[in-house]
Amino acid sequence: MANIAIKTKINQKSWLKSERGFIIFVVIMLAFPFVLNLITGTGLNEGVTKFWQGQLIIFFIMTVFAMSYDLLIGYGGILSFGHAASFGGGAYTFGLLMKHWAPNFIKNTPIVIGNTDITMIVVLLIVFLAVFLVSILIGLMFAVTSIRLKGTYFAMLTLALSTALYIIIKSTDLHQWTGADEGLHGVPLPVWLNPTQNRLTVYLISLAFLVISYFLMKRFVNSPTGHVVIANRENEDRMRMIGYNPVTFRTIVFVFASIFAGLAGALYSIWNMSATPTMMSVVTTVNALIMVIIGGMGTLIGPIFGAGISQVIQQFFYTWFGARWPLVFGLLFIFIVMFVPYGIVGTYRMHAVNFQQGRKRLFKHFSRQEESPREKEVSG
Amino acid sequence: MSDVKHDDLLLVDHIHTYIGQFHILEGVSVRVPKGSITVLLGRNGAGKTTTLKSIIGLTPPREGKIIFDGMEIQGKRPYNIANLGIGYVPEHRAIFRQLSVLENLKLAERKKGDFERSSDFIFKLFPDLKRLYKLPGNHLSGGQQQMLAVARALVPENKLLLIDEPSEGLAPILIQQMMEAIETLSHTTTILLVEQNFIMASQLAKQFTIIDDGKSVSSGLMKDLVLQPEVIHRYLGASIKTRIELEMEHESKE
Repeated sequence: MANIAIKTKINQKSWLKSERGFIIFVVIMLAFPFVLNLITGTGLNEGVTKFWQGQLIIFFIMTVFAMSYDLLIGYGGILSFGHAASFGGGAYTFGLLMKHWAPNFIKNTPIVIGNTDITMIVVLLIVFLAVFLVSILIGLMFAVTSIRLKGTYFAMLTLALSTALYIIIKSTDLHQWTGADEGLHGVPLPVWLNPTQNRLTVYLISLAFLVISYFLMKRFVNSPTGHVVIANRENEDRMRMIGYNPVTFRTIVFVFASIFAGLAGALYSIWNMSATPTMMSVVTTVNALIMVIIGGMGTLIGPIFGAGISQVIQQFFYTWFGARWPLVFGLLFIFIVMFVPYGIVGTYRMHAVNFQQGRKRLFKHFSRQEESPREKEVSG
Repeated sequence: MSDVKHDDLLLVDHIHTYIGQFHILEGVSVRVPKGSITVLLGRNGAGKTTTLKSIIGLTPPREGKIIFDGMEIQGKRPYNIANLGIGYVPEHRAIFRQLSVLENLKLAERKKGDFERSSDFIFKLFPDLKRLYKLPGNHLSGGQQQMLAVARALVPENKLLLIDEPSEGLAPILIQQMMEAIETLSHTTTILLVEQNFIMASQLAKQFTIIDDGKSVSSGLMKDLVLQPEVIHRYLGASIKTRIELEMEHESKE
C-alpha cells in the first residue's frame, strides 16, 4: 500500500509536465496580442491586432462550450441535443438582466464604498449569479427527463425541449423583452467591459475563463465522482450493483456541464453585446458536436483543436470557397469521421507510443548519419 | 424449519421473475446459510444468472420473497440492495475498461477508507493486481480482468458475495488460483456461487441448489449430491456424469 501512496504523490508532482501542452498554449495566447502589436505597430485596440483578438475571443468561448459538451458526450456518454439551451439560456439571462433590470438598479441604488462606485461590479456579480442559477435549472431540467429515457429517445426529447425553448425565445409576444427573431441587441456594458472600446480586457477575461474552466473540468474528470461518471458511461447496470445510483451522477454531470455552457453563453453575449435565438438553436449544439468530434471525444483538450479549426473554417472558408463553403466543410467533416474517427487528440493518444518510437528512430537515424563521417575519419 | 432459518443469511422464497414478457423464473427457492459456500447448479439457460440478478434487484421478481439478513429486499433498487452489504461479481469479467485497476477498485468504496482497509487482503489474494494497478482495464488479460471483478466486490465490507461463473473461459491454472481465492474468501464471507464446472463446484461448496427450467428442483449438502450420479446426470448433463464416473473409476483402480 505504501508504494501506491508514494507513486500517487509523484503523479501530483508531474502535474506541470502533464499539462505542459496546455500551459504553452496559454502562454502563447497571453503573449499573442502584444507580440502582434509589436510586429504590426498599429496599437492594441486597432487594425489587425484587434481583429485577431476578436477571433480568439470567440475561439476561447466556443472552446469552453465545446469542452462542456465533451463532458456530457465524451465522459458521461450522454448524447444531448439540447446543450445550446444552456448556452443560449446563459446569454439571454445576461442580456435580459443587463438591459431591463440593471439600468434602473444602477440609477436607484448606487453603492459607494469610500470614494469608489462599485454599483457596476455588484450588478455584474448578481447577473452572473443569476446566469449560474439559470444554468443549473436548465441542467436539472434535462437531467430529470433523462431518468426514464435513454439513447435515441433521450436525444429526441432533448431536441424537442431545446426547440421548445428556442420557439419561446423567438415568439413575437415577448418582442419587447427578447427582441424575438432579431434577438436582444444593445446590451449595455460598462466601458471597461466593452469589446469595441476595450477589447484587450474582454480578451484576457475570456482567456482566464478558458483556463479556469479547463482546470476545473480536468479536476472533475479526475476526481472520484468523475470516475463514477466515466464508469456510468460504460455500464450503468454494473454501477447499480456496486451500489451507485446512475441517475444521481447523470444529474451531476448535466448540471456541471450546463454551468460552463451558461457562463460561456453569458460571455458570448458580452462579446456580441447581444443574444440571438440562433445561440439557442440546434445548430449551435451541432457546431459544438462537430468541434468535439474533430478534436476527439472524451479528451477535454480535443475541443481546443476542434473549436480552433471550426473557427478558422467559419471565418475563412467563405472567402476561400465563396457561398459553397458548407459543401467543402461537409466533405472535410466526412473525411474526418471516416479516417480520423477518434478526432485529432484521440488518434494521437492511440498512437502516442508509435509516435514516440518513430521520433526516437528519426533522431537515431540522424545521429547515425552524423557519426558515420567520424567513423570514416577514424578508419581512414 | 424456523430454527434453521436463523442461520440463513439469505433466503430466496419461491420467486417468479419475468424478463420482458418471458417468465424466466417460475418458483426458485434458495437458502444460503451463513459462513459457507452455496452453489447454484443447472444447465445453460436454466435461470441461475437470473436468480442472482433477481437477488441484487437488476431483474426484480414479481412474486415471492427475498430475505437478506432478516430484511425483505425484493422490489428495492439495486444500489440500495448492494449498499446493504451484497457484492455481486457478474459473469463475463464485468470491469470498467476505461479505468485503471486502482480506479476500478476505488470506485467500489462505500465508505472512505474501504480500499485502504482491504487493499492488503486483496493484493495478497491476487498478487497480479498489485503489479498491474496502474494499467487500464482493457490492457488486462481475461484472467486478470476476472480477478479484478472479484477483487472489486471485496473492497467494501460485504456480508454476502454473489459470484457468477468465475471459471468461465479461464486457463486451468487460473481456475485453480481462482478456486483457492474463493476458498480463502469463504472463511470470512458467505458466498453464493454459480458454477458450470461441476468438479470445481463440488470441491468448493458445502450446499447446493439445482435449478432446472426456472424452478429449483433439488437442494441439500454437496457431499450427498456427489453420491447421486443419477441426479447429476438428469439435471446437469451427461458429460459431467461421465467425468464423475471416470473419477470414481480412477479412484477405484487406485
